[in-house]
Amino acid sequence: MTNKVGLAIRELHRAENDLAAELLQVSSRHKSDHEIFYLGRDLARWSQNHVRELAKHGKNYEVDLDAEAHDEPSLLATVRQKGAELIGGLHDPSLLLLKDLREIHRKAAGVSLDWEVLAQTAQALKDTELLTLTKTCHPQTLRQLRWANASLKANAAQIMVTP
Amino acid sequence: MGEIDRIAEPWGTRAAYGPGEFWPVRVDVRLDDGVRPADVDEWVQSATILHSNGDGLDIAVKDGRIVGVRGRADDRVNHGRLGPKDLFGYQANNSADRLTTPLVRRDGELVETDWDTAMAAVAGRTRELLAERGPSSVGFYTTGQLFLEEYYTLALIARGGIGTNHLDGNTRLCTATAAAALKETFACDGQPGSYTDVDHADVIALYGHNMAETQTVLWTRILDRLAGPNPPKILCVDPRRTPVAAAATIHLAPKPGTNVALMNAILHEIIANEWVDRDYVDRHTIGYDELAKQVADCDPEWAAAICDVPPGDIRDAARLLGTAERLLSTVLQGFYQSHQATAAAVQVNNVNLLRGMLGRPGCGILQMNGQPTAENTRECGADGDLPGFRNWANEDQVADLAKVWNVDPTQIPHYSEPTHLMQMLRYVEDGSIRFLYVSGTNPAVSLPELARVRKLLSQERLFLVVQDIFLSETAELADVVLPAATWGEKTGTFTNADRTVHLSEKAVEPPGTARADLDIFLDYARRLELTDKDGEPLVKWTDAEGAFEAWKECSAGRPCDYSGLSYEKLRGGSGIQWPCNAEHPDGTERIYTNGEFWSEPSYCESYGKDLVTGAPLDPVEYEAMNPSGKAVLKAAEYLELHEPPTSEYPYLLTTGRTLYHFHTRTKTGRVRQLQNAAPEVWVEMSPYDAELQGWDEGDLLRISTSRGSVRARLRISGIRPATLFLPFHYGYWDAPDERSARAANELTATDWDPCSKQPLFKCAAARVERIGVGNAPSPAPTTTASKPVVAGVSPTRGGTDAVVLEHFPAKGDER
Repeated sequence: MTNKVGLAIRELHRAENDLAAELLQVSSRHKSDHEIFYLGRDLARWSQNHVRELAKHGKNYEVDLDAEAHDEPSLLATVRQKGAELIGGLHDPSLLLLKDLREIHRKAAGVSLDWEVLAQTAQALKDTELLTLTKTCHPQTLRQLRWANASLKANAAQIMVTP
Repeated sequence: MGEIDRIAEPWGTRAAYGPGEFWPVRVDVRLDDGVRPADVDEWVQSATILHSNGDGLDIAVKDGRIVGVRGRADDRVNHGRLGPKDLFGYQANNSADRLTTPLVRRDGELVETDWDTAMAAVAGRTRELLAERGPSSVGFYTTGQLFLEEYYTLALIARGGIGTNHLDGNTRLCTATAAAALKETFACDGQPGSYTDVDHADVIALYGHNMAETQTVLWTRILDRLAGPNPPKILCVDPRRTPVAAAATIHLAPKPGTNVALMNAILHEIIANEWVDRDYVDRHTIGYDELAKQVADCDPEWAAAICDVPPGDIRDAARLLGTAERLLSTVLQGFYQSHQATAAAVQVNNVNLLRGMLGRPGCGILQMNGQPTAENTRECGADGDLPGFRNWANEDQVADLAKVWNVDPTQIPHYSEPTHLMQMLRYVEDGSIRFLYVSGTNPAVSLPELARVRKLLSQERLFLVVQDIFLSETAELADVVLPAATWGEKTGTFTNADRTVHLSEKAVEPPGTARADLDIFLDYARRLELTDKDGEPLVKWTDAEGAFEAWKECSAGRPCDYSGLSYEKLRGGSGIQWPCNAEHPDGTERIYTNGEFWSEPSYCESYGKDLVTGAPLDPVEYEAMNPSGKAVLKAAEYLELHEPPTSEYPYLLTTGRTLYHFHTRTKTGRVRQLQNAAPEVWVEMSPYDAELQGWDEGDLLRISTSRGSVRARLRISGIRPATLFLPFHYGYWDAPDERSARAANELTATDWDPCSKQPLFKCAAARVERIGVGNAPSPAPTTTASKPVVAGVSPTRGGTDAVVLEHFPAKGDER
């Protein structure tokens, strides 16, 4: 029998890492939008914690995962943040913010569904440890998702309507 | 009757009283030198304007000039007392450098002009932008220092007339978190407590609230209780040894930015020791299980490691709160302007809810304001709210507002929360806002990261209008400057932090051609030809009383109900607390009695937000969560600081205020008694750090963050180690040396609380170096939190220049 649970954990580990990286990149790219900058970093930390926890639980299902979450290389962060400051005085590039928030939303939605699968699996297997993990982590994913939606909603009108 | 130096003795003479007793009257009087009470032509009713306490006073007028002030003995707020800023601050009205004529920028210089030219330019540029770029290119930034009638008129012009979502007040810097914390817990703004709770409480907890300096008269009330029989116990949470800390039973001095960790540990103890009023919690709240789960692991040892406070002290504090019989909690900038502002302030609400201590004498919450009329900015929708605490996300409530204004509901932007100031500045930065109308505030000194603010406000493409009483640092950047009348020169009402409404009558004429802010707004509306949906003028009033009557209609049936008030009713009285309507004709001392709230889904002002991300709940979620309108116990996890100390910037810098000044000193800096008491910026450091560095009192230091540097003389004070304090009052209009920076906000970061959107002024990583050895002590006051720890600093005195009369009525004569 193939290790389906291990695969699911591996896939979620990858998706959380990807979401963390996306949040950090978007944060840096929009340094002039201070709330995006700081919240992006705060919320990336949640995903990084999830990566660590998943690596720990992966051992129960014989998958060996890196507990060290991806981080934004400092050189790239600097380049992105400098770029953000350079275009901070322009309105048109703010369209990029909508695109980036959409991407965060899409990735967080994927992660959320992965947690849903894992929670169902944990219940069927009566793995209380894994179930507890999903109950801790999944609500944070939903908060990341809502944040992306709310930020998009708060910014869309000004970006779209004002020349 | 006694004479007293009220610079040296800011809180005056004690009048001790016991729990449940009447706070004795003490009438404070200050008149210009050489003016005797018999010389005064007329006493004109008003209230205080240089803080949020709302003390009733009378303005003394002689020969058409303000010559003094006297506390109103029968006022419910102050029982005759006044603070030093009020006793001397009136003199600022008479300053020789008041703005008296409009100014316009011509060839880069501000030059005098007439009103018609100035207003034609302001209205003309607005109309151009509306035609070319739409209403979202126009923004308004007002204050917490105008009158109710002015805010309501401005809100109508901006939201109902122009149709922009970009209107906010500088209340964003002072009281946004107070409003946000109340909205999170009670789903609606509105101060639960009353100042009279001080008369009854057996424990008073002050969280980040240096009441002794921000609200001197309310602190006097507490001092009088402390001097009487069965005094209350005081809990103080503050990184500095403030006068409150000195009077406290327990003083916790947490590391800046760690308030949520501290509060969670206190809640942990209250739950673990079963000090919870389960009956109250079960009947009147939701969310207990989530809160209990959130704080389950937050024991005092956990918090101690984060906050750098001894775990035993946290236990003692929790026991004090957990065993109180009548608990009054107050909160101010130490929480509101710090990391996780709303989350921390909400945990204070949770303490009172868990203990079932709300809506009874002595059992209250005071989420405080910083400015005299901030409450009105919030009520009238001149900040990030709609008028009458209407919910922008509730279509029915927006439709109701549209009906009051006789406009189409789509005219009032409500597709997202009204734009907060820091976001408006971002739109100024990216050029999508091109017109900014600033009234009664000085962002070029009071906002964070001043180099950025100056750059944004100086942009060629931005049309900046500044309406003020002096040529402030912001006015100097303006395209048009409009000279305004101030307190004492115009009539209107305003409401303090415990919902007390006062009438402030016009006592004298404004200087030169200066005009009341209301008259300027009305002129602006006329020139824009704003109309309602029947083509009639949108703004239907022409004076303050007319605006007040219109506001009564707008507020009727809402929590902040003014429908039972009138100028006539307020005249001669002692201040009346809203809601005041047919049901409560004499006003309402405490709201939320019997565990009833304004949180019912169709009535509430807010559905709440995620305390960490700021994402709002939608109506369906809220209705499912709180269908029967209970109070919400909202939990929050502690998050690390956004800018933790590093080896390069090893200190945490907090900024704040002193007793003798208000805001950017536009008024208090022009009053010699106040200016002499605190003449120049200083920096505070602990004795431990000073000794480690080998620095002495009075040494000249350079304080830097990644955003800039300022110079200030060292005061070695009772502040906690590894922490620096700078007062934020000092800008550049009267700087002795123009080349050296001294405004604390050169250093602060552009970062804000995701929930309340209040900027964080109290947790920046900083470094400090000595650039000169001092030959005299630092100029900081010795009577306040900046009290020196070393001997040999001469005490702050006002001398004969600061003599105030205190009059205690004869016994039996005082009610």
